[in-house]
Amino acid sequence: MESNIKMRTENLDFFYRNFQALHHISIEFVQNRVTALIGPSGCGKSTYLRCLNRMNDLIPGITVKGKALLDNQDIYDPSIDVVTLRRRVGMVFQKPNPFPKSIFENIAYGLKVNGVKDKAKITQIVEKSLKQAAIWDEVKYRINESALGLSGGQQQRLCIARALAVDPEVLLMDEPASALDPIATQKIEELIGKLSSKLTIIIVTHNMQQAARVSDRTAFFYMGKLVEINDTDTLFTKPGLKQTEDYITGRFG
Amino acid sequence: MKRQIIDKGVHSTFLLIALFSIAALSLIMVFLFIEGIPIFDQITIKEFVFGQYWYPTDDPTAFGILALILGSVYVTILSGMMAIPLGIMTAVYLAEIAPPKVAEIVKPIVELMASIPSVVIGFFGMVIVAPFIQKLFNIPVGLNMFNASLMLAFMAVPTICSISEDAIFSVPVAVKEASFALGATHFETIAKVIIPASLSGICTAIILGLSRAIGETMVVLMAAGGAAMIPGSFFDPVRPLPASIAAEMAEAPFRSEHYHALFAIGIVLFLFTLIFNLFADYLSHKFRQVGEASL
Ligand SMILES: Nc1ncnc2c1ncn2[C@@H]1O[C@H](COP(=O)(O)OP(=O)(O)OP(=O)(O)O)[C@@H](O)[C@H]1O
Ligand SMILES: [Mg+2]
Repeated sequence: MESNIKMRTENLDFFYRNFQALHHISIEFVQNRVTALIGPSGCGKSTYLRCLNRMNDLIPGITVKGKALLDNQDIYDPSIDVVTLRRRVGMVFQKPNPFPKSIFENIAYGLKVNGVKDKAKITQIVEKSLKQAAIWDEVKYRINESALGLSGGQQQRLCIARALAVDPEVLLMDEPASALDPIATQKIEELIGKLSSKLTIIIVTHNMQQAARVSDRTAFFYMGKLVEINDTDTLFTKPGLKQTEDYITGRFG
Repeated sequence: MKRQIIDKGVHSTFLLIALFSIAALSLIMVFLFIEGIPIFDQITIKEFVFGQYWYPTDDPTAFGILALILGSVYVTILSGMMAIPLGIMTAVYLAEIAPPKVAEIVKPIVELMASIPSVVIGFFGMVIVAPFIQKLFNIPVGLNMFNASLMLAFMAVPTICSISEDAIFSVPVAVKEASFALGATHFETIAKVIIPASLSGICTAIILGLSRAIGETMVVLMAAGGAAMIPGSFFDPVRPLPASIAAEMAEAPFRSEHYHALFAIGIVLFLFTLIFNLFADYLSHKFRQVGEASL
């Protein structure tokens, strides 16, 4: 069982200067499973997600306590190479953030910085990633145009494709469908289903149905604390705590 | 009703003021051309621009300004070669690498450098730098193209640096994060994302910095050596266009050939900066990022 744990945190505390945004979060993420993080706005879901690829390191004045492990290795250990870590743990951000480059270059960038030089291979991976993210048909005829000309939802799918291109082992998705229409959302959900056979996915979502549809396990966060985590089916049908039940049924207040 | 009238009044006032400044500028232009064009009764434009000899007071006179043009071009290019890398690298350091506390102190200092009067920089070039490079490179004169370029670079760096820094600083954090999240190093992020994303602003910075160098008179008058000959090396004295005008205008008799020739130099200098600015504008538009979709 232990070997199935791809990533986990143990008593993770997180501070923005003096403000403690996360309190003792311990979660295990099983390999090739989808875990959903739910909870009201401001409860620390993004902060937690960003701890897992050390994206928060870029913010001045932060402190991390406790442990976060990838394949049983502490990712906050000084000997860890953050660059490699971030390649292994990919991320789709809450707001789409394409590079001000062409659509092609947006996807190819990650490959290039990771040392892929073969042009044919890059082209092939770009196409494959765009197809996976359900955006290929919309952009194939304008692949060399600026990505900034895409709509918000298209940009979000582009960012998903970009993250997939470098072939991460874990994929962190922060509300990847918040800017998408129902059709694109469905495609992304299908994609998550397909991807989960190959990688470990952690997804933040405000959409309860979505969490129920795509995830194997669900964690409910409230005010920087992990309230409850369980198999998705169990959590949604028989929540262990009143607080969880109120949130998932929309009676939260 | 009353508000509409006031609004109209405001509109016309602004229009009037705008027209006034445009008219004043056009008058200067017209004057420049009226005073400059008569020289072309004596010589052709080609002789003027490509003539190698500038002997405005000899007999017979020679009004070829090729040496002056090349003096300006070389000095600008050389100072650009010094100021552009220096200015941009300082900007990258300040915006991306320096700890915030260091940047907070250094940035105002760099900006303060921009306000040093050019005569002080020229003086510095004459009195300190000239003897120094004379000894260092073992050359006969310290007032030369290299010295003038160095001083002009000195003037351009603060402009290039502070405007580039603003451009680099305004690259959204989210875009930087996207790069890091894909496993790019800080250096790769700077070179492949941040600088390309701020290229439009960096171009503007270079233009503003160098256009100051092109038109700058005092520094080249004091530090360039003033010889109206086509330079053969970095260490030859030169006489850029503005220096010629400033040095000779007082001696040129009113409406003489020499006088008209100096105004014609002014026209050339004007065209020079105009082309430079148009090119710059083109570049900064070319690299401008447009059409950001919002959610
Ligand atoms: N850079 C920051 N500096 C200081 N405080 C921050 C910073 N980013 C987030 N916070 C605070 O940390 C807490 C958790 O924020 P976080 O972004 O993780 O919430 P979230 O659960 O992702 O919310 P949402 O669902 O709205 O995205 C909030 O109280 C927020 O104000
Ligand atoms: Mg969030």
